[in-house]
Amino acid sequence: MREETRKALRRLFSNASGVLGVVLLGLFVIVALFAPLLAPPKPGRDPYFMPVVTWSADPLPPSREHPFGVAGKRDIFYGVVWGTRTAFRIGILVTLASTAIGLFVGSLAGYFGRILDEILMRVTDVFMAIPFLVAAMVLTTVLGTGLDKVMIALIVFSWMYPARLIRGNILQVKEEQFILAAKSLGVSDTLIILRHVLPNAIFPVLIQASMRMGSLVITAAALSFLGLGAPQGYADWGALLNYARNWMLGGYGATFKYWYMIAFPGGAMVLFVLAWNLLGDALRDAFDPRLRW
Amino acid sequence: MKEPVLLEVRNLKVYFRNDEGLELRAVDGVSFTVPPGKTVALVGESGCGKSVTALAILRLVEANGRIAGGEVLFEGKNLLALSEREMQRVRGKEIAIIFQEPSAALNPVYTVGEQIVEAILLHQSVSREKARALAEEMLHLVGIPEPRKRLNEYPHELSGGMKQRAMIAMALSCRPKLLIADEPTTSLDVTIQAQILELLRELQRQIGMAILLITHDLGIVADMADEVVVMYAGKVVERGTKYDIFKRCRHPYTLGLLRSVPRLDVDENALASIPGFVPDPLHFPEGCRFRGRCFLEDETCATEPPEVALGDGHVVYCHHAALSEVCHGER
Amino acid sequence: MGNGEVLLRVENLKKYFPLRAGVFKKVVGWIRAVDGVSFEVFSGETLGIVGESGCGKSTLGMTILRLLEPTEGRIFFAGQDITRLPPAKLRPIRKDMQMIFQDPFSSLNPRMTIQAILEEGLRVHRVVPRDAMQKEVEMLLERVGLSRDYVRRFPHEFSGGQRQRISIARAIALRPRLVIADEALSSLDVSVRAQVLNLLQELKREYSLTYLFISHDLAVVRQISHRILVMYLGKVVELAPKEAFFARPLHPYSVALISAVPIPDPGVRKVRIILSGDVPSPLHPPSGCRFHTRCPRAQEICAMTEPPLLEVEPGHFVACHFPGSLTLEGTSG
Repeated sequence: MREETRKALRRLFSNASGVLGVVLLGLFVIVALFAPLLAPPKPGRDPYFMPVVTWSADPLPPSREHPFGVAGKRDIFYGVVWGTRTAFRIGILVTLASTAIGLFVGSLAGYFGRILDEILMRVTDVFMAIPFLVAAMVLTTVLGTGLDKVMIALIVFSWMYPARLIRGNILQVKEEQFILAAKSLGVSDTLIILRHVLPNAIFPVLIQASMRMGSLVITAAALSFLGLGAPQGYADWGALLNYARNWMLGGYGATFKYWYMIAFPGGAMVLFVLAWNLLGDALRDAFDPRLRW
Repeated sequence: MKEPVLLEVRNLKVYFRNDEGLELRAVDGVSFTVPPGKTVALVGESGCGKSVTALAILRLVEANGRIAGGEVLFEGKNLLALSEREMQRVRGKEIAIIFQEPSAALNPVYTVGEQIVEAILLHQSVSREKARALAEEMLHLVGIPEPRKRLNEYPHELSGGMKQRAMIAMALSCRPKLLIADEPTTSLDVTIQAQILELLRELQRQIGMAILLITHDLGIVADMADEVVVMYAGKVVERGTKYDIFKRCRHPYTLGLLRSVPRLDVDENALASIPGFVPDPLHFPEGCRFRGRCFLEDETCATEPPEVALGDGHVVYCHHAALSEVCHGER
Repeated sequence: MGNGEVLLRVENLKKYFPLRAGVFKKVVGWIRAVDGVSFEVFSGETLGIVGESGCGKSTLGMTILRLLEPTEGRIFFAGQDITRLPPAKLRPIRKDMQMIFQDPFSSLNPRMTIQAILEEGLRVHRVVPRDAMQKEVEMLLERVGLSRDYVRRFPHEFSGGQRQRISIARAIALRPRLVIADEALSSLDVSVRAQVLNLLQELKREYSLTYLFISHDLAVVRQISHRILVMYLGKVVELAPKEAFFARPLHPYSVALISAVPIPDPGVRKVRIILSGDVPSPLHPPSGCRFHTRCPRAQEICAMTEPPLLEVEPGHFVACHFPGSLTLEGTSG
């Protein structure tokens, strides 16, 4: 391992919030990996659909059998556990895809500049001008509901952030003399982008990606909550919250009666977002060469 | 006869703490004096502690540093013992400072006039109109054409040289007794540098302030200074009059420095250079800090070098002060 | 000194930068950074290019290397016109022209090892077989006075002087014929600067290099150059052999420039010629002679017509209506 990386890792683990982020994330990874053990699915059925456990539409409070309670005839614990996998899948796929598109667009715009930059950045502006949630709703209505559609909507409306960031960083790196030095050595444009520009411009994008990972899951949940996301019964934190829609205000004199419907899926979501943000913050502190060395 | 003293720095120590919690002795026991109305140059290469010393005199050391010891006597009173409030009255009024980057020292959102007026009102009980008139007078004094118009301009509308003039006007608006000039011309072109140096000389004649000039340029030192303090790696290695330093220097570092400057008036086939490089503050050698680069080095240099007084204020910190004389002569 | 063969010829070279403003980025003016510069560099010599910031000396260096596209004029390298050469044809020529940059902190990629930095050019031009690469890199490092053990390290582990040595090693790795050094010593401390200056001199002899040494520091230029070219606001105002230039500079600007440099010797008394005012903007250069707004000897004609660059003595060119009217003694001639 490179000396520089080792130093940065040491800084990462000497940072309390960074350690907390890593630990939280580790817990989520364990839950996702061991989901079949923690909440065994019924044999022969798609484990991503929460099995119906009661015939009554009324929610049930936590009990021995259903430790987090029951919502919409389904076990909340099962939903939270399998929903972790859904969260990771949405987060990772959407972040990877949007970052890849963003990197491509942003590096073209930043490195070659001029007209290409002008066109690409105006397109980016157009996408940024559309309110995200509204746009995603429109798109899912057009494409139809479903988790894959939600992910497409998220990708279509989030690649602009990495694109902008990488473009800005590239513009900065382009001014560095080592770029000129490489040009005067006769190095080709492609190699200059790959070896000189991207390695020096990409880090903030990765940090931003880690932060976006958390917020994407919230947005996906918001869409699910609105009934646009995961299909009925799919193990997804947002879908679980959707069941709570009619109950969350409680009743007269029983404001917190159905707290468990919100607390468990909501808590999972908050911790998930927190984990990624803490990690992102700590990574920035540990790696950002402008802050250190 | 004892010479009058305006500023006396005694055994000043400024330590910094880095990210890893290690202590850096950026300034480690520096002593020198500034007589009233004279120019004293603090010279050395980057990292020698000259700028930190200047800031420490005004107690403006950055947050990760601290003044670890010593005294800064200004007209007999120890500035390091003053309260922060009392210190604020000294800054700007008694001792003013100008920096290398005038663009960084002027606030971009206020006009030049507003900033000078602010500086005047801070220390003088005059009306705003009077302060404005004074500001205009100061701009005129520092040779800025059309001072009335310039008062209403923002820093970005001025060139580098003009900005430095405006900074000087601001610094001198309260007629300080000491002006600390930290590399005042390093970011300027030579012809503009010549203008600013000439201006400082002229203003010193008119106002009579002392100047503590911090620079790495030995040409400027020869041009401007009465007395010279040579610093290396956080310590003073030699101090004396300009002639002591340029003609009769006794420290091997001073000699090496003088010999490694290319000169405009002499042709040389190859410059004499000091081997090695300036140590970083974490790895200052024990004993004499010039060890490892010195041609006179022997085992005695592992211990702290003695202070050798050569008379008339010429002081050198070297085990071999007696020996180094023989290496002299015209180059 | 040079053997008389012209290695680089620049003819009426111009580099204008557009100044854009408004929503549609309309071109509202041109910054004339280099404005009709012609000169020759002989094989084996060092030509020092001096001038103050904004005079176009750095732009000139980058335009010659085609790191910037020239607006007008022609560049001949070793007899070949390279002004409009397409990138593919330019690449083999890049091997022969290298640059050393000013800022040793920005000129080395912080994420590459010293080995990777020094190898890059060698790989692109395939001048050294793969198995000999390691040896070559180590040899280069030792040649510039660094330990061969440094190959695995990263730039941030080195001091400014050491980094500049690495930059120099990168520049000489391809055995170029021409090296353009753009303020290569300016950021270095006095004692280190002398070391690097000496290194450049040694390398020049060893590899028979030709230098274009761009600097604002006249004293350094004097030590290294055979001939001196002075620029002011994008124009050449004087070009002369070093001895002639320092003994009897003919352009009033050269005289002011020389007299403005402080001499590190309190025994030397000299006349200070202090120019008034600032360098005008290259966006709106003054009419006629561009120096007339600051020239202590300016006459009416200076604001009207631009003086041509004329050879007033053998090898001594000056662009002034009244050459020699201002002297270092400060008296009118």
